[in-house]
Amino acid sequence: MALDKSTSVLIVDDYKTMLRIIRNLLKQLDFNNVEEATDGQEALSKLRAGNFGLIISDWNMEPMTGLDLLKEVRADARLKSTPFIMITAESKTENVVAARAAGVSNYIVKPFNAETLREKIEKVMAHA
Amino acid sequence: MRKVDRAEIALQVMSGLGRTEAALLQELEALGRMVAAAKEEIAAMRVENVDATHLPAATDELDEVVRSTADAANEILDACEALERLQPSLSGAAAETVGGCVTRIYEACAFQDITGQRIGKVVNALKQIEQRVRETTGRYTPSSTLPARTGPAHTEGERLASGPQPVAAASSQAEIDALLASFD
Repeated sequence: MALDKSTSVLIVDDYKTMLRIIRNLLKQLDFNNVEEATDGQEALSKLRAGNFGLIISDWNMEPMTGLDLLKEVRADARLKSTPFIMITAESKTENVVAARAAGVSNYIVKPFNAETLREKIEKVMAHA
Repeated sequence: MRKVDRAEIALQVMSGLGRTEAALLQELEALGRMVAAAKEEIAAMRVENVDATHLPAATDELDEVVRSTADAANEILDACEALERLQPSLSGAAAETVGGCVTRIYEACAFQDITGQRIGKVVNALKQIEQRVRETTGRYTPSSTLPARTGPAHTEGERLASGPQPVAAASSQAEIDALLASFD
């Protein structure tokens, strides 16, 4: 199934450099409709106001973490089926298990490469 | 009125006590001497240099490392974006090579996030030590300038957020993929 490159993507990370890197990698994959947020609360506001087809989020942010954002998304009737990829340095098994239990679509551990990002996006969008 | 000295009062009190109470009083006196000795030892360590100078300086230096690496990473990203804008004017093979190199640089620049998080963990640890030193030396007073003790985690996301793991303990992407696949 071909990827819909017009999909609106929300990337969430408290490190501006990482936001810029992910945005540029998405641009290389022809995703040009990209918005940014620097924590879970800002992301939730943007998600509720907008119409996003993919969420790519960090975990370790304040005041709302990526896992808590994921739980809010899955509890929201309009947002609950939005594909959600966690990109994080949290690589412990219990983190992955908790994210999976909360409904994460896929999980990328930092540092990651562009090929892994492309592969995971294709996988979650195919199931969307 | 006759002036009664301390020793005489102590003698009078001791003579009025039973064996148990006297033993208890002696224990308390010994404990008091131990506390006084510990205070003298702490004072002799001159910890005021640690909490007033060394630890704040160390955290400032580490904060500066994070700022510097962020600035450097952004400079590198500026250069990469300029190269990407040049790509359409290059021949096929050259454009492909430039594109591949730029992607590798983007991937490598993720170091700033990882090192920033690791340094953040060290800074938090140093601030906790600074707080404990102040409390231990008895000079602690509630102040907005003191770093707060780490508060309790309120959510599962906060409880599990611990930042990058030591390389030997971290799961690889392949291990995470296998773990997720095991749920399907």
